[in-house]
Amino acid sequence: MVLARPEVAEAPAGNAGPRGRSPSRGKAFPRGAAARAALLALPVAFFALFFAFPVASIVGRGLRAGDSWHLGRIAEVVGRPDILGVLWFTLWQALASTGLTLLIALPGAYVLARLDFPGKDLLRAVVTVPFVLPTVVVGTAFLALLGRGGLLDALWGVRLDATVWAILLAHVFFNYAVVVRTVGGLWAQLDPRQEEAARVLGAGRFTAWRRVTLPALAPAVAAAALMVFLFTFTSFGVVQILGGPAYTTLEVEIYRQTAQVLDLPTAAVLTLVQFAAVGAILAVHARTVRRRETALRLVDPSHTAHRPRGAAQRALLGSVLATVGLLIAAPLAVLVERSFGGPGGYGLVFYRALQSAEASGGTFLVPPLEAVWNSLRYALAATAIALLVGSLAAAALALPRSASGKASTAGRVVRGFDALLMLPLGVSAVTVGFGFLITLDEPPLELRTSWILVPLAQALVGVPFVVRTMLPVLRAVDARLREAAAVLGASPLRVWREVDLPLVRRALLVAAGFAFAVSLGEFGATVFIARPDNPTLPVAVARLLGRPGELNYGQAMALSTILMLVCAAALLLLDRLRPDRSAGEF
Amino acid sequence: MSTTKKIAVTALSALLGASTLAACGGGSGDGSAGADGGGSRTVTLVAHDSFNASPEVLEEFTEETGHTVRVLKSGDAVEALNKEILTKGSPQGDVFFGVDNTTLSRALGNDLFTPYEAEGLERVPEAVRLDPGRHRVTPVDSGDICVNYDRKYFADRDLAPPQTLDDLAEPAYRNLLVVENPERSSPGLGFLLGTAAAYGDDGWQDYWKKLRANGVKVVDSWEIAYNQEFSGSAGGRAAKGDRPLVVSYASSPPVEVLYAEPRPKTAPTGVSTGTCFRQIEAAGLLAGARNEAGGRALLDFLISKRFQEDMPLNMFVNPVAEDAELPPLFAEFGEVVAEPRTMAPEKIAENRDQWIQSWSSLVLR
Repeated sequence: MVLARPEVAEAPAGNAGPRGRSPSRGKAFPRGAAARAALLALPVAFFALFFAFPVASIVGRGLRAGDSWHLGRIAEVVGRPDILGVLWFTLWQALASTGLTLLIALPGAYVLARLDFPGKDLLRAVVTVPFVLPTVVVGTAFLALLGRGGLLDALWGVRLDATVWAILLAHVFFNYAVVVRTVGGLWAQLDPRQEEAARVLGAGRFTAWRRVTLPALAPAVAAAALMVFLFTFTSFGVVQILGGPAYTTLEVEIYRQTAQVLDLPTAAVLTLVQFAAVGAILAVHARTVRRRETALRLVDPSHTAHRPRGAAQRALLGSVLATVGLLIAAPLAVLVERSFGGPGGYGLVFYRALQSAEASGGTFLVPPLEAVWNSLRYALAATAIALLVGSLAAAALALPRSASGKASTAGRVVRGFDALLMLPLGVSAVTVGFGFLITLDEPPLELRTSWILVPLAQALVGVPFVVRTMLPVLRAVDARLREAAAVLGASPLRVWREVDLPLVRRALLVAAGFAFAVSLGEFGATVFIARPDNPTLPVAVARLLGRPGELNYGQAMALSTILMLVCAAALLLLDRLRPDRSAGEF
Repeated sequence: MSTTKKIAVTALSALLGASTLAACGGGSGDGSAGADGGGSRTVTLVAHDSFNASPEVLEEFTEETGHTVRVLKSGDAVEALNKEILTKGSPQGDVFFGVDNTTLSRALGNDLFTPYEAEGLERVPEAVRLDPGRHRVTPVDSGDICVNYDRKYFADRDLAPPQTLDDLAEPAYRNLLVVENPERSSPGLGFLLGTAAAYGDDGWQDYWKKLRANGVKVVDSWEIAYNQEFSGSAGGRAAKGDRPLVVSYASSPPVEVLYAEPRPKTAPTGVSTGTCFRQIEAAGLLAGARNEAGGRALLDFLISKRFQEDMPLNMFVNPVAEDAELPPLFAEFGEVVAEPRTMAPEKIAENRDQWIQSWSSLVLR
């Protein structure tokens, strides 16, 4: 999402020009390379230890027999009709989900970018909440909406559970924010006068939009589409909960082959297939981002939005509000409603039950409410790790590139690492989790049963968001400021503290906030890691849902509601903190 | 030259930094998560997510033996077992709980356990000892997978709830039953095995054809079947479930009572006692365990009267020790299954995968 968005800020920053024009160009390369290597050491070590090594080990376990590799298995597995069926379904549902998400969310992007109305900030936060909610909660909420007795059923007698429509709509629910934030963020900064100029010159309203605005938005739309495609291509929880036995994606199949069937060769091949697909998506994504025009005239978003004018704009605003209400607010509202429900009418029974271990009937050794504390603790640790690793990586990637021929090699390595940092978003959580199990089993890295494993896994997902948020801001820092400071005798650390830090502090806060929200809702990796009994919120919800009894079900709804509120609060706070020039960024 | 060296030194120190960070984490977690050195008094029990025990009972174990129990929940039963197979020889803990008659052969075939004859095993009847003579696993509990019914639904319609597997294929119960996919869910697998035990290696397929013709619905997990589709459970009522018959456990009705507020006089659900398949769960001392003494003491404890009596209300299963008494709640609201179906673990091992495959092509496609 985001992932692409901040790159846009590169253009308006304008003062990115001096990079590569360092006065000490000749000597800059070795010095820059050493600095870059020093900065990259920790991120590289982190990814090698906690991502590449575990994933490679578990895949290797599947593809090696004795001392030799059995790569023939790849063709063998991929040729199986059932696997081909899974691949085909994974592909077309991702394409369909992406198309549907764009169709439904683009009007939303426009409305949030260009129209001004009361409650806009709240609306922006509401549409983003699903993105950080765990799928187990969303699946339950969605069943309540689309399933039997749900809102659709009550109004029109339509039931969509266990159909592919449930999956597609849930994907829209999850990824609406990706489009709204990525496209809307740019849209808000496009100068409306360009379109107006075209109209003055005689173009019709639609022609002006098609010839002026659309081309400017196209790269952002492509970037958003690719991110939605990535997320839906690797969809796990939604498909597991809403799909029923008939629908299986690659990610679900990897889980099944690894955790349930223990057919590691098949799982390894599928992991490689997914790896290749995700790699390709990220490569196209990186190109799209690079191709983004720098010639766009971007303006302060606060000047582009206006009150809705005319019937058409009011109708558009109305329909967007209705869509958001039905698709996003309604499932969340059902969740809240059920958390207050009870045998004797509405009340706080379930919330009160969360405070005692006894009421949970031994589901946990501690009151379920303690899961809130666990989640916060884990999320704080994960945020600290993601910030440390992500900022170092961003700082390295933002170092001035020297202009010599060698630089292009260095540039490629850097870009390669940049893409590598995003891979965890597309690699199956069960692969990472099971990789941890077989690799981190010896001191000093005997971490399999340590609590630190949860934040480490969550940080893997948080780092890409930190890098994407920090990178454009760091690149925009005028290199001449640093040079001036250095010339005046400041040490590198002092330069960082006096020049860079004040400029990036806000971006750092935003990155921290987002890493925090993502960690809070992270479910996939956390659920595959064995842990002493201190569950996170999403895990606690899943466990409560796994037991019979009204009180357990109600407590699951109540905990979900709490999680939702914490996420929404974090997001609202983020919107207040975001850097002025880049509305819509996380 | 110096640049390369600098890079190497930086990389190395960063690596060390990362591992120090990690090591710090390992040491300073929740109080019990200390490093498992040789002289450790912590015994780690790896279990599936449904494992639960009262804190007081675990404290008693510590008082008696000096070992503190750390429970490590490792996913559902199959997933947890598969993780142990993956990490064979370098186990995450000392004792594994959660192997049952449907998965036993996989565990034994992989030599996961060190044989140990638990103290007090004589109080456990021969019938539930899964590995007689060799004692690689110790039976801990048993539970029956049975069709549950929604009492109100059948009372409202003056219809007798089904009692046997044959009943389920009757037209009177058309479109009423929801079952779990045996490929993905252990009650689903138990129910399939029950039908295979009842109708034989060939007959069960015909039975499932009849069930299919009678409108059986298949979902992926117990959670969805019970909490979303089943009209008799609290969750299902909230979700307006419309299937009054579900594959669950014989102990589910007492649970519906325990977690209702206020507690009803009768359980809202009942058990079709002629549909049951018996599952026996066991624990074993993991080969390569770091705290073998603690592990053995823990196995003894798992079949002690104290633990066995604590278990029913925590895991909703039946104790295996003959001297353990069932809590009143079970006696009052639960149903005793006189003749559940069973199947030898070897037979399950031999046929499981093939049966599941035939089942899928028969019922899902």
